[in-house]
Amino acid sequence: MKTFTVVLTGNPNCGKTTLFNALTGLRARVGNYAGVTVERKEGALTGAEALHPVTVLDLPGTYSLSPQSPDEQIARDILFQRLPEVPAPDLVVVVADASNLQRNLYFATQVIELGHPTLLVLNMIDVAREQGHEIDTEALSKALGVPVIPMVASEGEGLDALRQTLRTLARTPGTRHVIPREFNELPEAFGREAQALETALESHFPHRSRLAAAEALLLLSDERALATDKTSAEGTAAGGRYPQSLIDQVQAARQRLETAGVDWRSAAIEARYARLFAIEQHVTRETAPPGELLSDRIDRVVTHRVWGLLLFVAVMGLMFQSIFWLAKYPMDGIEAAVDALAQWVGSSMPPGDLNDLITRGAIAGVGSVVIFLPQICLLFLFIGLLEDTGYMSRAAFLMDRLMSRVGLHGKSFIPMLSSFACAIPGIMATRTIETRADRLATILVAPLMSCSARLPVYTVLIAACIPQRNGWPGLTLLMMYLLGIAGALGMAWIFKKTLLRGEPPMLILELPPYKRPMLGAVLRQMWDRSKLFLRRAGTVILGINILLWFLATYPRSSELDEQFSQRRAQWKHSVSTPPTAAETEAGLQLDHEEAGEKLRQSFAGRLGRAIEPVLKPLGFDWKIGIGIVTSFAAREVFVSTLSVVYNVGGDGENTASLAEVMKSERRSDGRAMYTPLTGVTLMVFYVFAMQCVSTVAVVRRETNSWKWPLFQTVYMTSLAWILAFLTYQTGTRLGF
Amino acid sequence: MRPLSSLTPGERAVVARIDIPPDQRGRLLEMGLLPGTSLELVRFAPLGDPVEIKLRNYHLSLRKLEADKILVR
Repeated sequence: MKTFTVVLTGNPNCGKTTLFNALTGLRARVGNYAGVTVERKEGALTGAEALHPVTVLDLPGTYSLSPQSPDEQIARDILFQRLPEVPAPDLVVVVADASNLQRNLYFATQVIELGHPTLLVLNMIDVAREQGHEIDTEALSKALGVPVIPMVASEGEGLDALRQTLRTLARTPGTRHVIPREFNELPEAFGREAQALETALESHFPHRSRLAAAEALLLLSDERALATDKTSAEGTAAGGRYPQSLIDQVQAARQRLETAGVDWRSAAIEARYARLFAIEQHVTRETAPPGELLSDRIDRVVTHRVWGLLLFVAVMGLMFQSIFWLAKYPMDGIEAAVDALAQWVGSSMPPGDLNDLITRGAIAGVGSVVIFLPQICLLFLFIGLLEDTGYMSRAAFLMDRLMSRVGLHGKSFIPMLSSFACAIPGIMATRTIETRADRLATILVAPLMSCSARLPVYTVLIAACIPQRNGWPGLTLLMMYLLGIAGALGMAWIFKKTLLRGEPPMLILELPPYKRPMLGAVLRQMWDRSKLFLRRAGTVILGINILLWFLATYPRSSELDEQFSQRRAQWKHSVSTPPTAAETEAGLQLDHEEAGEKLRQSFAGRLGRAIEPVLKPLGFDWKIGIGIVTSFAAREVFVSTLSVVYNVGGDGENTASLAEVMKSERRSDGRAMYTPLTGVTLMVFYVFAMQCVSTVAVVRRETNSWKWPLFQTVYMTSLAWILAFLTYQTGTRLGF
Repeated sequence: MRPLSSLTPGERAVVARIDIPPDQRGRLLEMGLLPGTSLELVRFAPLGDPVEIKLRNYHLSLRKLEADKILVR
């Protein structure tokens, strides 16, 4: 039984996703296209006949077939049948926004020209009507040569008609023959060249001869259509790179057109818009003079000099606070549950290495993945709402000036802000940035924003090292946050000037009309994206956690075990029943000492000692070294590791007692170890150092290569070392 | 002829010439901003940049850097 494949395409903001959700009933499968982080959404048509199933594939929103982003490239490649993982569509449904007819038809007519069986859904006719445009769908259908179904997808109007059509077509596949049709009145010279190229394409690629006419037009007028880059599937068997002879032919044709005074880049675009203007005039009846729309009235406030900025600060404040504080409650809950589970498993299994591996390796590892879920869900909820209402593009509009100072795009603002809570959702949020260089720059600097995992590190260091008076603690904390911001903006500027230089991309940002968000769809999207995180990044994070557990546990020393079991036996022997407070304390102290001694003996402990020469110029000793080694998994582990190293007990809850012990720690020459200078140096190190495997895993996932996460780890760690070195050396010279 | 960015909010004009290099202006043209297109400058962003224009019944935002190179009359 063959599944009937329907491909859904259209401009961004045309209501395509709403239609997709309505057709598939929120049960779509969401994933990624092979090798790129472009979301792939696919679902079965609800109400399809059992014998004739229909699959609907929702393509990313696209303005034209000359792609400007990975999203648009995927859409083009699918429509051109260049993606081996997607079968040739049995039907293409182009969705067009009736209130923005000309620009939507620009893409729609490009798609119609491809020659697939095509159907046009004219969405948002209610908005068009409200603006005084009555569209004659019969006439439009005649002008375009494809069926037109009028629709208000958000209200469900027209859905039945579409569903009925899809069902009928699925029952009788292959019965619709399309008459190829062109919507350009091209300059004669251009038309001749296109014709010649079409013939050449037909002979080179007989399996997609249907597309030859449209492809010829694109090859002639799209500068980049000839270039094949890694992210596209053109190099694969199904696509096939263009042979050199064809490339030469295209270039010769462009040359001839230039000589003839035809601008080959713009001729086809101008011709198409001229035709669309005529079509629009022909099919539209103006019923009322356009008054001011509700959306325009909202915009007068939202983009207002004073109110707009205040509202923006309020929205961002609300979002940031929720990620920071609201997520704390479920996170605490998850932490408690994971601890309880580990405890339960630990006590119901015989003690030993396997027990330890499961409780402290696997369960703690899973916990360290799941712990991010509340923050990720909340951020995606907010982003979904902002996108769905249309506020996201206003936020970019408001912030573009600030971000462009360091060479970034207005859309980089939200990922950077989110990174204050956690770089992982922040980095995942960069998917809204179309330009590759901007997106990479944002990903590279996002972890420099002080995330919530740094807070425990700052807290304990401030408690141990900074004078607890005159507001010094708060001021120090603020300085660390500011240092992170300055570092992120500075590095973004440097990256955009050096590594990620290139054409300064233009800002061409559509400000779509506001609309009511569809909560169900937003929640669904939030969950899909969070699941992707769990599946893809989770495995890497879990693996590295187990590796670090191994490093902190092995090698075991039987001598040490012997020594401590003897001491414990002694303690048991001498203890009175019931034990006095002092005796209980002594017993706990013994546990802490054992844990500390074991950690010092482990690979991690040895590694801490081994890197001491590198840390010495920063004023750190090997104990801090162990903390730095183990906290490579996650920054907050530094605190619990220090607790073990200083025999305070490993739960890390007890910041105050840890700080007390740290205060009394001496260097070999008798000076205090944790002076204000050591504290500040260590904090500076943590502001810049990567120290987060989860971030590494997510960057690997989002950039689809190990190159960028490795580069990022190296640059951040080097920067951290250099700045900590400068801090410590300057501080010592100044006599701190 | 004067640059698009010199319009005042609410002012309407017609695109006369686009002085952005041909290999960079493709998307702008595809969005329907062509010589002969009539448009309205809606507003400047609160921080002065970018600008918002209305053309072909939709709203588009561009940086001033580009708006300076779009000549209107």
